[in-house]
Amino acid sequence: MINRHTFALAAAVAAGLVPGVTMAAGSSHGPEIERQTWIFGGVGGTFDKAQLQRGFQVYKEVCSACHGLKRLSFRNLVQPGGPEFPEDAVKALAGEWPNQIPEMNDAGDTAIATKGKDGKPNGFSYVMRAPKLSDPILGPYANDRAARAAQNGALPPDLTLIAKARSLERDPKWFVHPFLMLGDIVRGYQEGGADYTHALLTGYVEAPADVKVNDGMYYNTAYPGRQLAMPPPLADGAVTYQDGTEPKLENYSKDVTAFLSWAADPTLNQRKRIGWQVILYLLVTTALLYLGKQRIWAKIKH
Amino acid sequence: MSGHTSSYEPTSRWGKWWDERLPIARLMHGSFVAFPTPRNLNYLWTFGGILMFCLVAQIVTGVILAMHYNSSDVAAFNSIEHIRRDVNYGWMLRNMHSVGASMFFVAVYIHIFRGLYYGSYKAPREVLWILGVTILLVMMATAFLGYTLPWGQMSFWGVTVITNLFSALDTVYSGLGTGVVEWLWGGYSVSGVTLNRFFSLHYLLPFVLTGIVILHVWALHVAGQNNPTGLDIKEPSESVPMHPYATSKDVVGLFAFLIVFAWFAFFLPDYLGHADNYIEANPLVTPPHIVPEWYFLPFYAILRAFTGSFLGIPLGSYAKLLGVVAMFSSVIILAFAPWLDTSRVRSSKYRPVFKWFFWLFAFTCVALGYLGAKPAEGIYTVLSQIFTVLYFAHFLIIMPYVGLRETPKKLPRSINEAVLGDAGSRGGSGGMFAGAPAAPETR
Repeated sequence: MINRHTFALAAAVAAGLVPGVTMAAGSSHGPEIERQTWIFGGVGGTFDKAQLQRGFQVYKEVCSACHGLKRLSFRNLVQPGGPEFPEDAVKALAGEWPNQIPEMNDAGDTAIATKGKDGKPNGFSYVMRAPKLSDPILGPYANDRAARAAQNGALPPDLTLIAKARSLERDPKWFVHPFLMLGDIVRGYQEGGADYTHALLTGYVEAPADVKVNDGMYYNTAYPGRQLAMPPPLADGAVTYQDGTEPKLENYSKDVTAFLSWAADPTLNQRKRIGWQVILYLLVTTALLYLGKQRIWAKIKH
Repeated sequence: MSGHTSSYEPTSRWGKWWDERLPIARLMHGSFVAFPTPRNLNYLWTFGGILMFCLVAQIVTGVILAMHYNSSDVAAFNSIEHIRRDVNYGWMLRNMHSVGASMFFVAVYIHIFRGLYYGSYKAPREVLWILGVTILLVMMATAFLGYTLPWGQMSFWGVTVITNLFSALDTVYSGLGTGVVEWLWGGYSVSGVTLNRFFSLHYLLPFVLTGIVILHVWALHVAGQNNPTGLDIKEPSESVPMHPYATSKDVVGLFAFLIVFAWFAFFLPDYLGHADNYIEANPLVTPPHIVPEWYFLPFYAILRAFTGSFLGIPLGSYAKLLGVVAMFSSVIILAFAPWLDTSRVRSSKYRPVFKWFFWLFAFTCVALGYLGAKPAEGIYTVLSQIFTVLYFAHFLIIMPYVGLRETPKKLPRSINEAVLGDAGSRGGSGGMFAGAPAAPETR
């Protein structure tokens, strides 16, 4: 409900880029964002391995230039329920990952000395090494300040949780509200973050004539406030798929959104599988207990 | 317990040995096996047992989560992700605990509305009812403290807003409110110090809750259960032993409830939360709409109904204080229901006028919940004020006034008459259990 606004405010306040911040955060609602059909959506959906692999490819070739996935380790890419890349391939991938892991220096003269607040070496040093399977998938920036410095003041957020940290805003009439809620509960709708992410990635359009787009900003219909600092990351043909999937924006966006949904919720497949086992067990047990209760109470009017 | 002699007969030497030294089995047998329960209880009476399950489930999952949780401000958010991703079945425990909190409130609200409908708060159950209101307050405190722990944006700003409420005491005595707030925070703002103490208290309060629940059950077993007719049990045949009768019904209710619980825990674990709480707490960035968890929304709406003016009455600098007082009063006023309700009839089944006001009150609570999730502006504020008036009017005007003026429907003479028709009241207990092997004659 609030998240897109929050994000708008966060980005705007922090970067000091968008004039009229209060308008972005206030009552101005974004456009109604369309819900997509996700293969992992609802009470029955699970991730499609091939789609997650394509999504990771998009992340690696495009998104990782600015965004990290720090809560995900390379080993997660191997685990069941995810893209399930072969372990050897992921080991090789980690070895070549451009963003290395800083580690306290034990020995060696290639170390980078750190400086204290006074600008003089403080006696510590670290080395950069290639990631291993157990290491996080880092973005290119050492910290938020370095990221802002490189990105004209804007902060590219870490993407591990982005699909859970965003949602769709709806503002139905009060008498429709309970029925929509009930519909979502029955269907098990939890893909608001994915719907928003897809709408954002495909939402770059020419700004209307009466809107002045600020320097270094881009017009996007899904973004609250409509102007964001991220340039359109994807375009038709930007990534070459290996499996024959049509190389167009719609597919890139859906695939990378599916991948990010997995990154935010890597146990989804297991969760839903166990969920159905639990529900089935409970239904049968409830029925049996009810029959038992009927029998116990059979001769007592109540 | 009182009014009921235990029929417990230890059969083994081991049982007899204990019975002469610490008759805990006798106590349990008397309280949960032979205890007489009205024969006409419906499924709404299964929520007491369901709530007991909720409390135990929250404690068990919570204790295990605490083994993996880190309550420092730099590590709290990461440790939740660690639980979700790396701890074996950590995602399941975490979902059961966070969804469990919501389910606890679903059950407690049904339990309370059941009590309000059937007049369970009336004599001789006033103490039982007040203990229940105390449980609700402690539950709310526990849930509020627990929501801080993930240390996401909504955790952080929810705590900031709610703890700041106490600063309204500054209008009573200059500096008092600020002092209280800083004392709660352990500093000049919400920080890791606050988080750490909230974790400590969140671990403590469930055990306090358990203590009050024991008193609640004790008081229940002294006064006995109310029932849909609201009539007292007049003869043994109007009751059945708790086991197997009430227990067999309780487990059906519990398992049906668990289906809903599991549906949310496995398919909609984040539905009842806020996406913002997947963003790590940031003291420099305020979310535009700070919204509490759904179970606090009605009270939040009452708090925010007190703006600069209330239905045209200017409140000036007292607005905040009045809002805070109204919010806390909206819970505490429940405790006075036994004396505010002047009707001598317990069950709304036989109260043709009050019944409608009960449903109006239920609608009021839902409406306040809806308004609590809306921004505090324009029509929403006006509606919040109207429904706040309706909320308090139910207790302060409707309950006393309707009780005095209403003509209740003709009450059955006994539970047996209500269940069996005229035969029941005329024939007494004689024939109705003929052939029932488990005739509930336990006294």
